[in-house]
Amino acid sequence: MPMRPHAIALSVLESQYRVDQFNAAYGDCLDRGAYDSWIAMFTEDCLYKVVPRENHDAGLPLCTMALEGQGMLKDRVYGITNTLFHAPYYQRHVIGGARILSDNGITIEATANYSVFRTKPGSVSEVYNVGRYLDRFVYGDQGLLLQERLCVFDSELILNSLIYPI
Amino acid sequence: MNFAPTSLSAETLPRWADEGSSRIPFWAYTDPMVYRREIERFFHGGGHWCYVALEAELPKAGDYKLSYVGERQVIVVRDRDQSIHVVENRCAHRGVRFCQKPRGTARSFVCPYHQWTYKLNGDLAGLPFRQGVKKDDGEVQGGMPPDFDLKQHGLTKLKVATYNGLVFATFDHDAPGFEDYIGPDVMPWLNRIFDGRKLTILGTNRQRIPGNWKLMMENIKDPYHPGLLHTWFVTFGLWRADQQSRMVMDSHGRHAVMISQRNAGGEAKAVTEGVTSFKKDMTLNDTRLLDVMPEYWWKGPTVTMITLFPSVIIQQQVNSLSTRHIVPSGPDAFDFVWTHFGFEEDDETMTRRRLRQANLFGPAGFVSADDGEVIEFSQDGFRQKGAEGATVCELDGRGIAPTSHMVTETLIRGMYGYWRKVMEI
Ligand code: FES
Ligand SMILES: [Fe+2]
Repeated sequence: MPMRPHAIALSVLESQYRVDQFNAAYGDCLDRGAYDSWIAMFTEDCLYKVVPRENHDAGLPLCTMALEGQGMLKDRVYGITNTLFHAPYYQRHVIGGARILSDNGITIEATANYSVFRTKPGSVSEVYNVGRYLDRFVYGDQGLLLQERLCVFDSELILNSLIYPI
Repeated sequence: MNFAPTSLSAETLPRWADEGSSRIPFWAYTDPMVYRREIERFFHGGGHWCYVALEAELPKAGDYKLSYVGERQVIVVRDRDQSIHVVENRCAHRGVRFCQKPRGTARSFVCPYHQWTYKLNGDLAGLPFRQGVKKDDGEVQGGMPPDFDLKQHGLTKLKVATYNGLVFATFDHDAPGFEDYIGPDVMPWLNRIFDGRKLTILGTNRQRIPGNWKLMMENIKDPYHPGLLHTWFVTFGLWRADQQSRMVMDSHGRHAVMISQRNAGGEAKAVTEGVTSFKKDMTLNDTRLLDVMPEYWWKGPTVTMITLFPSVIIQQQVNSLSTRHIVPSGPDAFDFVWTHFGFEEDDETMTRRRLRQANLFGPAGFVSADDGEVIEFSQDGFRQKGAEGATVCELDGRGIAPTSHMVTETLIRGMYGYWRKVMEI
């Protein structure tokens, strides 16, 4: 069957669909506080960083949170649940449609904009952290896994502290 | 010309009734008039030097960054002769905050409104239509009065001190020399980190903390809390009461250093029993987060937390180094700007180590995030009690003196002793 001249290849739609589904599940995990499921969305040797845009654009390496490998992700989760004293808050992720940069059948590179709202008990909702994900996914047996997620945020001032992952 | 706001009369300010400085009234953290006087006397004048930058942030001639001295925004810029100027970001014509890019490189500063142009040192270089506009028939229209003097209309210049990579500034041109300001008790500890080695900048983190600015100074003059609030400190022996430690302060009680040496951590009845933040069986899944490597310049201490009143904290906590700039914003909030750094002599492994340990600090840090949180809760508590309450800082007595242990609130009393004197309340 001849393709329509501007038709999008099915494989692109497929990776788009997979990444969007992944991101929806990712946000849902964090918003529910299901941190073990959050860890399981990464590869063993993953890289997870939350980095101010100011540093990212200037080529400076400092992050707000920089975790290498699932071990460090676990240590962070232990911190959140057992050691970091903080006022609890809800997070609500709103993640935009992904833009697929490449998909070679082994890895997908993609970006997506996100905004995270914070709601403290008894208080109004606030815009908490706004930025974009820069991602590298790998195809695993059970679907996609994150090998690398950089959360590059615009928000120039963090509203006091950043406890939970973004 | 005197640009200072008219001084506030004493009658409008609350009175501190008690003797000494071990009971700090809640109004010291919440009263707007008290805050105005603090800004005038500690940040915008009164012989106090305020931190503005690290020299390494401005490597080349013309490099500048925006910073703050108290509530006033300033431009820190490196001139062609490599000297550093600090000028207020406020046009001498009609007051516009003309520089809007937080960092950049400039040959001169031009205010966009009417194009007044300033040299990097803040001198007014020129302005359009100063001599008026000459028409074809020779008539000259407008122009500045004949006695208009460029020299009288530069940007507000601050007095600048650079010290081995640190940049401080003050609006008070009669301020004492920087080293005299810091004093002989604290200078050696500054020298230990800033001995002239070239620094490298690792990056910035910024947070807005909804609490009074002094609470952050207090937090780093408070050796009592780290082994109690911070699980990591007590569990991994980074800071706790059974360590060898010293509390140092300058002769005014305003600056201080908390010095300590790491121990093996783990259980020790005297300091862990009943301490809920102590986690006996806690181990890290990834020990690279705390892969401590002693450095030759430590000469013993593994942690030195330096508070240089009123504007900055300088942190060495094992391999992690940072400056933490306090930018006050009303009585009940301040911005806290972290600049992490290393040394040019660091190899790649050391840089990576410093970056990994940076996970302990900053707005998300394993041991620093909860400091911001408790400061917020402190302010909430003060607000709730109104003018009546006071804090109790009487651990280790009511006096003020350096100590050779950390079971003390002496440094906080030292700071408020000085504060009372300068505030005259
Ligand atoms: S206000 Fe700056 S040039 Fe007029
Ligand atoms: Fe602390």
